[in-house]
Amino acid sequence: MKLLPFEKPLGELYEKIEQLKTLSRESDIDLSSEIKKIEKRAEAVREDIYQNLTPSQVLQIARHPNRPDSLSFFRLISEDFIELHGDRAFGDDPAIVGGLGRIDGRRVMWIGHQKGHDTKENIRRNFGMPNPEGYRKALRLMQMANKFGLPIVTLIDTPGAYPGIEAEERGQAEAIARNLREMMGFGVPIVTFVIGEGGSGGALGIGVANRVYMLENAVYSVISPEGCASILFRDAKQADIAAKNLKITAKDIVGLGVADGIIPEPLGGAHHDWSSVSLAIKAQILRDLAEMSTQTPETLRQSRYAKFRAMGVFTS
Amino acid sequence: MSIIDWFAKREKNTVDTTEKLNIPGHLWIKCDHCQEILFQKDLKDNAHVCPKCGFHFRMVAMDRLALIFDPASFVPEDENLGPTDFLSFSDSESYTDRIRKAQAKTKRQDAVVSGMATLNHNPISVAVMDFSYMGGSMGSVVGEKITRTIERGLAKRCPVVVFTSSGGARMQEGIMSLMQMAKTSGALDLLGRAGIPYVSVLCDPTTGGTSASFAILGDFNFAEPGALISFAGPRVIEQTIRQKLPDGFQRAEFLLSHGMVDRVVDRRELRATLSLVLDMVWGCPAV
Repeated sequence: MKLLPFEKPLGELYEKIEQLKTLSRESDIDLSSEIKKIEKRAEAVREDIYQNLTPSQVLQIARHPNRPDSLSFFRLISEDFIELHGDRAFGDDPAIVGGLGRIDGRRVMWIGHQKGHDTKENIRRNFGMPNPEGYRKALRLMQMANKFGLPIVTLIDTPGAYPGIEAEERGQAEAIARNLREMMGFGVPIVTFVIGEGGSGGALGIGVANRVYMLENAVYSVISPEGCASILFRDAKQADIAAKNLKITAKDIVGLGVADGIIPEPLGGAHHDWSSVSLAIKAQILRDLAEMSTQTPETLRQSRYAKFRAMGVFTS
Repeated sequence: MSIIDWFAKREKNTVDTTEKLNIPGHLWIKCDHCQEILFQKDLKDNAHVCPKCGFHFRMVAMDRLALIFDPASFVPEDENLGPTDFLSFSDSESYTDRIRKAQAKTKRQDAVVSGMATLNHNPISVAVMDFSYMGGSMGSVVGEKITRTIERGLAKRCPVVVFTSSGGARMQEGIMSLMQMAKTSGALDLLGRAGIPYVSVLCDPTTGGTSASFAILGDFNFAEPGALISFAGPRVIEQTIRQKLPDGFQRAEFLLSHGMVDRVVDRRELRATLSLVLDMVWGCPAV
């Protein structure tokens, strides 16, 4: 597994353990007490690193190439997931995926940004940066869910909507804005999880929900720390400071009242254990859907509006 | 001519020139587009549109209200709402300092003016964004005031008109700025359900989070000629794709040809256009 830069001290200890194990196997010398000692140290270093993560370190975990992706979550969490394609107007955007699934028998419409785990897949998925047709596909599927009374579950994981010539020509702004307005009006429950990167309007475009959750090492931000640094600090290398200022971590987002809760991840990040994270998300979905299943469409709409209506800090 | 004479002559010349050009600078302005030197008053009398080439200068909020609505009909609302640095955000300058400077410069609390006005004696709930206040960026106050403008339209059952001019979400308020996009767009869902018209007038520039929320969601989207309207700014796109952008890219006329706005409307025609469409869909006859 790819180690992140701040995990380097840990990587060195693991390497040492491996070397000693090989040595003891090949030379028949008992090094088990030595190994145990280093393992203990590694454990201490591990806890020390992960319990004091800086925002930019969390960001690195959120962007880890092995972090579980939307399609994998759909399949791990729901039975008989079936993917549905296309916006019926222009094309099928691989950077946003969606389809029907059943979670413990409960039918839902899944929507999510889709990143890849390697360069080839990432190029195909445009690194999870949707074009307008992605948002329009998401809208089409959500409208279908609304029509058939199915709850909507969305997973957010994008650096942002794609900034390209064609995206502008086809109305990136309009595609996102329309989703914000339409999602507010649906009469079915909507639950959103920020599973990795919650990048700006491109994230929010599928994120207007009754309940919003952050995975422990996910981030949610109005602009990427790099983008913020290059505009405000005129230096993209100041991204660490920007990340701190922007308050992008799960704890910050919940503290500001923008998300309702945090889904715990295994120490080191979700990429170490996809299935435990899937179970935690599944449990949360089932709790929320059970709670909201008795609410009328009007109540669901009103409470969703009230939630976002209350956001903002100002003096008067 | 001795060198001293030369200096004396040069000095004399300087004095002459200064005298000739000793006209208060704010009386004259050069057109950004055709380079014509314009008399400020002529420009103001022409709705801040260059009489020679038709270039639309940016306009301050109060001038815009005076130009479009019935004389002295505007009554401001929510003027007391002010921004606060709840994230303790600090880059090269603290957000608190930036707020203070912007307030001193614009003499207003935040980047939008809102309230009630009349158009041919018909009530309109209106908001005008002010680009000179931190680039018209949308933080909590802007989002709240826009939302209240929409809600006033709902409560009073009158059309809502918003003039946008904004670089997008305000970074200094982090995620809370982003959420203003959902809040304002959500309010428009309610307005739409109530069957009340909403007109968005997109002025230069309207980009980022503002364009991707209430600015583009009008029943009518009218754009001012030449206005930059985009989701991603031209510089961001150039950096991403590493090629030069075509001429006129993301200008009002480009959006018209790509189906994103209903019309590009000359500012001098805007009052008439607004009156006409609002009368057609809502019954606001010009008296």
